[in-house]
Amino acid sequence: MKVNVKVNGVSYEKDVEPRTLLAYFLREDCKLTGTHVGCDTSSCGCCVVVMDGTRAVKSCSMFAVQADGHEILTVEGLAEGGKLHALQQGFWDQHGLQCGYCTPGMMLTSYALLKQQPAPSENDIREGLAGNLCRCTGYNNIVKAVQQAAATLSQPAGAAK
Amino acid sequence: MIPAAFDYVRAHTTDEAFAHLQQHGADARVLAGGQSLIPAMRFRLARPAVLVDINALTDLGHLRISDQALAVGAIARDSDIERAPWIGERRWSLIRDASRVVADPVVRQMGTVVGSLCHNDPAGDWTTVALASGATVVVRGKTGTRRVPIDSFLVDSFATAVGEGEMALGADFPVPDDRTAGSYQKVERKVGDFATAAAAVQVSLNADGTIRAAGVALSAAGACAVRVDAAEKLLAGQKPSAELIRAASNAAWERSAPQADLRGTVEYKKHLAGVLVARGLRQALARLGVQA
Repeated sequence: MKVNVKVNGVSYEKDVEPRTLLAYFLREDCKLTGTHVGCDTSSCGCCVVVMDGTRAVKSCSMFAVQADGHEILTVEGLAEGGKLHALQQGFWDQHGLQCGYCTPGMMLTSYALLKQQPAPSENDIREGLAGNLCRCTGYNNIVKAVQQAAATLSQPAGAAK
Repeated sequence: MIPAAFDYVRAHTTDEAFAHLQQHGADARVLAGGQSLIPAMRFRLARPAVLVDINALTDLGHLRISDQALAVGAIARDSDIERAPWIGERRWSLIRDASRVVADPVVRQMGTVVGSLCHNDPAGDWTTVALASGATVVVRGKTGTRRVPIDSFLVDSFATAVGEGEMALGADFPVPDDRTAGSYQKVERKVGDFATAAAAVQVSLNADGTIRAAGVALSAAGACAVRVDAAEKLLAGQKPSAELIRAASNAAWERSAPQADLRGTVEYKKHLAGVLVARGLRQALARLGVQA
């Protein structure tokens, strides 16, 4: 089946089997391997991407054909013009990762969270990330990273370094 | 863990979706949020030959409150409920509680209330809430659209009153009066897991402080969500008290018929059913300003 999915602003027109999961479409058809597959059954959140700008979805539990005509944002699309996105900078500055496996999912879940709730409390962030597992950090630095990003993004345009 | 091959059709109108379902009968499944169906397909527990995707039917994405009911469309997401502007009102406290503990926050952005009712997992959350709040499901069949009370909608584990070639269009939750509050109590091993045990409770008071009506239901306590009729009967007409809550809690313990699994033994889950009903009743009453 022919699909046309816009990923990080680029249209990918591909012929896929209906049973192709979005995660594998991104990794194998679009060669965007930043989206990770962990549990493969919607429990861990490593594969989260953002659909149509505000909705976080687990790409292991959605078919690529469902994304036909939609816009997908993956971790590769966060940075602009060689400049890290506020979330990436936050994870860097706050040591929000060790092995990095969960990081793309953490950042994309947080991206949707900040779109829906630009000024989340610490508790909002912890609850919002409850579907994403990290085995390294103990979560505290991830929460700090998202707090930093929220603060950066809420500054008026141009004020951010 | 790749699903078995299937044919995919995307419906653009409800009529079109219904026509596909009529054509393919038992071979077809509706794809709404897919958050239960797709994992089940990946484990090859489900092998539909045809998926009818209804996600483009935006006219079924509504959450609409009328005088009588909150109408939830077939593709309204769990997260739409969680963020609805009216969700903070006391009368919706049962639905609000549940909307925050279904699956996990990302799954809730795709998962749907009506899909969860149709999936009818024995440990589901919305089925239990629907029982305690007296919901009805709107089902489109060959001869037209019918309204099915939740008690007869939930037939058996993973089986509902939606027949071959039929489709659930939405669910209606009666609007509680302003002396009504509820509570959803869930014990889970981790966020995103199914309930080890859960209880949905909704209480309406009379002006004199006695209980006008109560809805009490359990998850993970039988083949599908179960209504604790005995508790509802003994609560109705009575003045809230610690003794009354104890009696309702005992009724829940008696009614609960769970299966032992990795989440706990039968004895433990029965114990939880009793405890969670008591906690739910106390919280619902507290929300109505009554300490019992």
